Amino acid sequence: MRTLRFLLEKEFRQIFRDPAILRLIFIMPAIQLLVLPLAADYEVKNISISVVDQDRSSYSRQLVEKISASSYFELVNYTSSYTQALEDVEDDKADVVLQIPSSFERELVREGKGELFMALNAINGVKANLGGVYLRSIINDFNQDIRLTWVQPPRQNLQPQIQVTSLNWFNPLLNYQYFMVPGILVILVTLVGSFLSALNIVKEKEIGTIEQINVTPIRKYQFILGKLIPFWILGLVVLTIGMILARLFYGIIPEGSLFTIYIFAAVYLLSVLGLGLLISTYTETQQQAMLISFFIIMIFILLGGLYTSIDSMPEWARISTKFNPVAYFIEVMRMVVLKGSTLYDIRFHLLTVAGFGIFLNSWAVLSYKKRN
Amino acid sequence: MKQFLYFIRKEFYHLLRDRRTLFILFGMPITQILIFGFALTNEVKNSAIAILDNSKDEATAAIIHQLEASQYFDLLLNINSNAELESTFQQGKIRMAVVFPEQFQRSLLHNNLAQVQLIADATDPNVANTLTTYATSIIMDYQQSLSNGIPIPLMVNTEMRMLYNPQMKGSYNFVPGVMAMVLMLVGAMMTSISIVREKELGTMEVILVSPIVPMRIIIAKMIPYLILSMVNIASILLLSVYALDVPIRGSLVLLVAECFLFTLTALALGLLISSVSGSQQVAMLISLMGLFLPTIMFSGFMFPVENMPIPLQVLSNLVPAKWFYYIVKDVMIKGTGLKTVWMETLILAGMLVVLLTVSIRKFKVRLE
Repeated sequence: MRTLRFLLEKEFRQIFRDPAILRLIFIMPAIQLLVLPLAADYEVKNISISVVDQDRSSYSRQLVEKISASSYFELVNYTSSYTQALEDVEDDKADVVLQIPSSFERELVREGKGELFMALNAINGVKANLGGVYLRSIINDFNQDIRLTWVQPPRQNLQPQIQVTSLNWFNPLLNYQYFMVPGILVILVTLVGSFLSALNIVKEKEIGTIEQINVTPIRKYQFILGKLIPFWILGLVVLTIGMILARLFYGIIPEGSLFTIYIFAAVYLLSVLGLGLLISTYTETQQQAMLISFFIIMIFILLGGLYTSIDSMPEWARISTKFNPVAYFIEVMRMVVLKGSTLYDIRFHLLTVAGFGIFLNSWAVLSYKKRN
Repeated sequence: MKQFLYFIRKEFYHLLRDRRTLFILFGMPITQILIFGFALTNEVKNSAIAILDNSKDEATAAIIHQLEASQYFDLLLNINSNAELESTFQQGKIRMAVVFPEQFQRSLLHNNLAQVQLIADATDPNVANTLTTYATSIIMDYQQSLSNGIPIPLMVNTEMRMLYNPQMKGSYNFVPGVMAMVLMLVGAMMTSISIVREKELGTMEVILVSPIVPMRIIIAKMIPYLILSMVNIASILLLSVYALDVPIRGSLVLLVAECFLFTLTALALGLLISSVSGSQQVAMLISLMGLFLPTIMFSGFMFPVENMPIPLQVLSNLVPAKWFYYIVKDVMIKGTGLKTVWMETLILAGMLVVLLTVSIRKFKVRLE
């Protein structure tokens, strides 16, 4: 017990002695948490549109007015040349081109049918798809307006009509930051925990100080615990800072209890630190340790559902997330913070992550050799 | 000159000796392309939904069947009460619930009006929005099928065309992004680490007292990573053309030249990082947290830059990856030439010059 205390004292001294590392541990995550969620707004809005109006009739002007009044679209060019509008797309000035052909109004009134033509920059498929849907619904609205001016609406519903109402639970204002902030917090805690623990032992190897520890009677588990505990505490401190910032700057107050979050984070950090330790026992230099942990964490993060929904992934990728601690923590954070899930709701997540922790740490302890 | 060649050789030995690092450096772009290409999509599909059917008649059965048949929805869970609804959401089992009121079909047939309620889990606003839109359009299709045959006057038809990417493949969007990410990482992180390591291990001193010009030491350090980056570009391009079917529509020479320019910028950034950091750990943390995340966030391939608040949009202009991303998208996918990307190219070149000047000024010939 006393040995462990001395080891801990040594580790903490080492951490606090290097102000550059300390600054990075605390300030970088804080800055990232403040800036990145502002950037991570995935909602499709501000679609720039270039309208080619070859009709120049009152209807075409009415339609253009309707489009520019919508909050989704921004009219960047109003022209009569299709080639010019396509050039706008080529130069990234416009995302959508709407062409109103020259006899649009006449055909609509005389033949009861009008044609419009829409071209979308589909490099970003989702944006193109949603842009198309929005523009269509504006055109439908416009269509409805025109129909009403020509045809008297019947007094009673002649056709069966289904009214669809929709509710958005847990985040009624559809605030994207509520979604991103808990996720980014998870990433920061993961990065700090895994990198620092992976680098730490390797640094002793690279500089050669590990020899000195190996010749002392310190036992394997004491050494590993001495490395684990400081970063476990640091991870929880980073989480706390993050929670405070999320509250101050984004007004995010967890629906569920803080106790649930901390219990899960404490268990989660054990498995992340275990991963870091495991990497450090298998590598020789800090560069290797860094790259390998970066490689693994990157895969965990990309497949963890931070940016894209896990449901949409193909079967094999969905199965892989069952072995991905980051995916569990991201989901739990969002559940507890936004939906107010309780410890009981997340019990399976908690047990699984605890299982990862036990597995990784025992592997790390077993594979750490005092002799080369 | 001969000395210089020896130095380059030394750096190559360093790089080639470390098999694990080399494996990761070559494996990284390949894994990323494969993950992005086959696992990540912004589409929303296979979402689990629950049905609270208080009516249980033919009409609701028909709608449920159509929801089930669509690729967007999955695993229809039947619930019986509102209380159960909330707890199912809290356990994270479903993304949306469809609630039919009592006597749905009766009111639809007799009053020509019936109501459906969609409750979405808006934790992810994007998914919630998309699911509501999809479900609404499926229900509207059903409604349309009830009133088939009645002509609608004054119909406006809209024809849609998807430019550049008619199949709407996600890979068209992210291949340029992955290129920016990998080049940034290999260039900036690896050079900065390799310089700082010599400082940390004390071998820098030995090099600095040798008669070689400091500038050449730095260039010798950069060359292996420059070559490594070029190999990575080749593997990314080959994979995206042959495994993901992403075309290279513009000139290959221009594309490679732009990659070269961007790699140089990344190397210069790495040099700058190495001169401000004293230990490998600091260099790594700066390049990771300071470069990697901003590269993902601000280059525009994950999150649209035009949605960000104005100060961030201004800030994003400082991220070299953003310009590179534009260039690759234009040259590779739109197939345009230097005519459209000359400005971006000039900006990147300008950044390169500034970074190089600053970092060479800051490079210390003497150790304290």
